[in-house]
Amino acid sequence: MATAGVLPVRSRRLRVALVAGALTIALAVSAFVLIRPTSANAETPLGPGDTTITLTVRHSHFSPDHLVVRSGTLVRFVIRNDDPIGHEFIIGDDGVHRRHETGTEPVHPPRSGEVSIAAGTTAETTFRFTGTTASGTVVYACHLPGHFRYGMSGTVDVVPN
Amino acid sequence: MRTQLLRTAIGLTAAITTAIIAAVALAAPAFACGGLVGENGTIQLDRTTTLAAYHDGVEHYVTSFEFSGEGEQVGSIVPLPGIPTTVERGGDWTLQRLEREVRPPILTAGAKSAAAAPTASDAQVILQTKIDALDITILKGGGTEVGKWATDHGFLLTPDTPAVLDYYSQRSPIFMAARFDAAAARARGQNAGDGTPIHLTIPLDRPWVPLRILALGRDATSIVKADVFLLTDRRPQLFSADAGVEVERSEPASDLLLADLRADKGMEWMPSEQWLTFLTIDTPAGNLNHDLAASVNPARQPSAVDAGITTADVLNSLSIAGGSDGLALVLVTSAAAALLALIAGSQITWRRRVFYR
Repeated sequence: MATAGVLPVRSRRLRVALVAGALTIALAVSAFVLIRPTSANAETPLGPGDTTITLTVRHSHFSPDHLVVRSGTLVRFVIRNDDPIGHEFIIGDDGVHRRHETGTEPVHPPRSGEVSIAAGTTAETTFRFTGTTASGTVVYACHLPGHFRYGMSGTVDVVPN
Repeated sequence: MRTQLLRTAIGLTAAITTAIIAAVALAAPAFACGGLVGENGTIQLDRTTTLAAYHDGVEHYVTSFEFSGEGEQVGSIVPLPGIPTTVERGGDWTLQRLEREVRPPILTAGAKSAAAAPTASDAQVILQTKIDALDITILKGGGTEVGKWATDHGFLLTPDTPAVLDYYSQRSPIFMAARFDAAAARARGQNAGDGTPIHLTIPLDRPWVPLRILALGRDATSIVKADVFLLTDRRPQLFSADAGVEVERSEPASDLLLADLRADKGMEWMPSEQWLTFLTIDTPAGNLNHDLAASVNPARQPSAVDAGITTADVLNSLSIAGGSDGLALVLVTSAAAALLALIAGSQITWRRRVFYR
């Protein structure tokens, strides 16, 4: 006869198994929730007023790598470089990217849509989505040797205001 | 054979499960490391040769840095599985002799492997030494720290380096940075093609050979070619997740080979019996994403973690299986299966335990 307050061995083990199973399910669900891509913020159009967005760089990739901006918006880009190597942030039309991909300027002085970010630092630049960038897709990228080809780029969908 | 495959699969599943749970609990970043870095990124290696000999709990890692004749300074960062007790010039003969063993008719170029140099901020310098024209530094630190040390010391790191350093530092925070001073090499009378073999002695509980590092700085389509020799006290069990890593030979090392190797500088430790495994790597750099795990313990499978299987690998495979909805389905189904297994296991027996790694 079992002593009061002490479960039979098999029942105890079953309970332990049930608790462990429940924990496993909780972990699995948590994993899905935590790991699932959260693109809602990146897909919310920025603007139409002046706005700021913070990008991070890690493993030579931008995060987020996709934004939506209302036409006419002045966006202040704050870029935090978590990598131990230098990067740059260049945004503009095809001509801008072509010039930088083949250019030789090692470090960019502060100018609209162009900034160098040393390893482990944060830099910022502003860019207004008007004129030729008033609609369609605008690319931002790093054009240091090999970085663009490695996949260090992102896109901005410009939508009507 | 089937049992062995099953055990490997079970061992892998266990490791993958652990990786997922760890990622959720720790939110740890992923890392990576290693490769050849030139001043202008143009240095390419034709073939790399490496010996990982494991005897009595000590790995003897022998590789060679070859003077290319280009540039003034090139260097490399090599991930190491542990802190070396000695770093010394290896004998000139060992790698050549091993190449001759597997390719007797033609003596092709021997060992090549070299990559850029580093400097760091928070990385801990464990050891510094100079061997011929090589300045060697053994570092301890995370990927970011080692990468910063490298850039601070003039290494030009390719864009894939941060990820590679992180990848390796998760398993072992020990790296070897080697800077090849071309001017010093010329002053020493070294010619293009002359190699400097380096012999590291590393106490380890199991051998482990970094392979992903060979793809560092290369285009995904460029072909990585390498020869890897293993010498172990008994026939090893191996695990590599990448195609293009092939076992060409697996046999007892001949007495003649062992005697020849024993005669080389620093190789006196070579025992009278060893198992020789010869692997070739011939694959696009984009396909070389993992390492080589080995076990010389018959009761222990090679570790998926040692092979560099990461949480990202697991999630990618799940995503491929069915997108994000499929991922949810797989996770919940897996959890339910785990629950059923636990219940069934509790009912059947608690006495019998089998460890696959």
